[in-house]
Amino acid sequence: MIVFLIKRLANAAVVMLIVALMAFVIFRFVGDPVEFMVNEQTTLAEREALRARLGLDEPVMVQYVKFVLNAAQGDFGISYRNQQSVMRLIAERFPATMELVLLATLISLVVGIPLGVITAIHRGRWFSEGLQFLSIIGVSLPSFVIGILLILVFAVTLGWLPAFGRGEVVRIGWWTTGLLTPSGRMAIILPAVALSFYQITLVMRLVRAEMLEVLRSDFVKFARARGVPARLVHYRHALRNCLMPVVTMTAMNIGALIAFALVTETVFQWPGMGLLFIQAVTFADIPVMAAYLVIVSFIFVALNTMVDIAYAIIDPRLRDAHS
Amino acid sequence: MSVSDSEPGLLTRLRRSDLWYSFTRNKAAMVAALLLALLITTAFAAPWITPQNPFDPAQLDLWNAELPPIWMQGGQWPYLLGTDNQGRDILSAILYGSRISVIIGISTVVLSLAIGISLGLIAGYFGGITDNLLMRLGDVLLSVPTILIAILVSAIARTMLPPGLREVGAGAVLVLAITLSAWVQYARTVRAQTAVERRKEYVQAARLLKVPSRRIMLHHILPNTLTPILVAATLNFGMAILTEATLSFLGIGMPPSQPSLGTLIRFGNQYLFSGMWWMVVFPVLQLSLLVISVNVLGDWLRDALNPKLR
Repeated sequence: MIVFLIKRLANAAVVMLIVALMAFVIFRFVGDPVEFMVNEQTTLAEREALRARLGLDEPVMVQYVKFVLNAAQGDFGISYRNQQSVMRLIAERFPATMELVLLATLISLVVGIPLGVITAIHRGRWFSEGLQFLSIIGVSLPSFVIGILLILVFAVTLGWLPAFGRGEVVRIGWWTTGLLTPSGRMAIILPAVALSFYQITLVMRLVRAEMLEVLRSDFVKFARARGVPARLVHYRHALRNCLMPVVTMTAMNIGALIAFALVTETVFQWPGMGLLFIQAVTFADIPVMAAYLVIVSFIFVALNTMVDIAYAIIDPRLRDAHS
Repeated sequence: MSVSDSEPGLLTRLRRSDLWYSFTRNKAAMVAALLLALLITTAFAAPWITPQNPFDPAQLDLWNAELPPIWMQGGQWPYLLGTDNQGRDILSAILYGSRISVIIGISTVVLSLAIGISLGLIAGYFGGITDNLLMRLGDVLLSVPTILIAILVSAIARTMLPPGLREVGAGAVLVLAITLSAWVQYARTVRAQTAVERRKEYVQAARLLKVPSRRIMLHHILPNTLTPILVAATLNFGMAILTEATLSFLGIGMPPSQPSLGTLIRFGNQYLFSGMWWMVVFPVLQLSLLVISVNVLGDWLRDALNPKLR
C-alpha cells in the first residue's frame, strides 16, 4: 500500500512539474516580461536593474527552480495589467468560482441520478428513450449556447432572473459568499444551471448504464424473488451499488468543471477565476495566465490522485493492478 | 465521415453489410445523416446559393440593417432570417460561417488522426522506452483540461505571431490548438490494439518474411484497428466543432473578418438585450443541429460496431 501511495504521489508530482514547466515557458518566453512592466521613459540602466531584480539574468534552470519554489508557496508574481499580486487576484475570485462549481455539481447529482434510474428501470418505454435522446442533445450543446438561451428566456424575455454579475455578497473571513443574500441567490441560478447541464447528462448516462448492469445481478433477482417491493429493490438495493462510480466521476469532474466554468463565467460576467483568466488572455497578462494554468491543473491532478488513492484503500485489488 | 470512401467498388458491398442494415433500421441515424449531408452541402455551396457575400463590404447596405426574419413585421426579401446591424444577411453569414466551422472540424480530425495513428502504431509496435515516453506525454496532456490547452495555445500563438499573420493564420492556429489534446485518444486506442495484434501469427509471419516494419504497421495492423477509430473520429468531429465555436465565442478563435459560427454567436450575444434575437438564435440553432447530427451518428455507429450489443 505504501509503495502504491508513493508511486501515485510521485506520478502526480511529475505531472505538476511538467505543467509548471509549461507555465514557466509561457511566463518567461512569451514576450519579454521587462517590456510589459516598463514604459518609454525607463532608461536602459533601469531596465537592467529591473531585469536583475526579477532574476531574469540568471541561468534558465535556476529561474525554473525558483519559479517552482515560489509557485509552491503561492507566489506567482505581479499582474502586468493591474500591478497586484497574482495570488491575491486569484484568491479574491476563487470563492465565486467554487460556489458556482459546487452548486452545479449538486444540481447535476440531484437531477441526473433520478433521471438515470428512471431511464434504466423503464428501458424501452417512450419517455425513457426520449430522455436518452435528449441526453445526446445535452452533450451536443456547448455550455455558452445553453447560457445564452437561458439568458434569452429567463432574463430578456421573462425578466425573472438577472443575466450577469454575482449580486450582493457577504464576506466571511477571506471567503465571500453570494448564497446568503436574496440577490446573490437569484444571480447564481442561471449560471449554475448552465454549467450543470453537461454534467447532468453525464451522470444520467452513467447511472443508467450502471443500473442496467446491477439490475441483471443475482442479488437483485433474489430480492425480487423474496418479494421485496420494486421501489425498495430499485432505490435501496440497486441504486446503492451504482453510486461508487458516480461519486468517482463527480469528484474527478470537479476539475474539468472549474476549467469549463470559464466559459459560463464569460457568458454571465460572473466574477470568478475563469473570467479573470479570459481577461488576462485578452490583455496578454502572462503571470495571471501562468498562475491559472498551474492552479487549475493542481486541483485537477490532486482530485484524480485522491480518487485513485481512495479507491486503493477501499478495493485492495487495485493496488496490484496499478503497480 | 462515411464508410464508403476508402475502397473502390464499395457500393454493393456496403448495401449488403451489417452496418447498412443497422443504419436502415435506425430512424434517428438516418435523419441525422440526411441533416448532416444537407448542412455540409449548403455550407460548401454557400458562395452559389446565398443572396450576398456577407464579407464583401460593397454588398452590404446599411438601409437594410437590423431587418427581422421574413415572416415578421418588417421582414424583407431576400433576407430570409433577417440582417444584422451592418445590413449583413444572417442566413448568408451562417452558411459561410458553417463552412469555416466544418473545415476546421475536418482538418482537426484529419491532423489528429494522422498524428494519433502514427504515434499509436509506433508505441504499440515497438514498445519499450518509446512507448513509455509517448504514453506519459499523452497522460500529461490529458491531465490538463482540453479547453484550457486550446485556449493557452491560441492565446500564445496570437501573442507570438506577427500582426500580419494573426488573421490569416487564425484557422491553422485553432486546428493545432485542438489537435494538441485530440490525438491522445487515437494514439491510446491504436496502441492498445497494436500491442495485441503484434503478437498474432500473421504479424510474426510477415516479420519472418522480412516485410519492413513500416509496411507491417500500415498494411497489416492498421486495418484491424480502424473500427474503434472510426467511432472516435466521428465523435471527435463534433467535439472539434464545439471547441472551435467555444474559442471563437470567447474571442480567441476566428477573427471578425472570417467568422465561424462561434464568432457569429459572439456578435449576436452583444445584441442580446437590443431585441435582435435573430442575430444569436439562428447561428446557435445551426451550430446545435450540426453537432447534434454528428453526435447522433457517432452514437449509432458506436452501438452498431460494438459486437457485444448485436
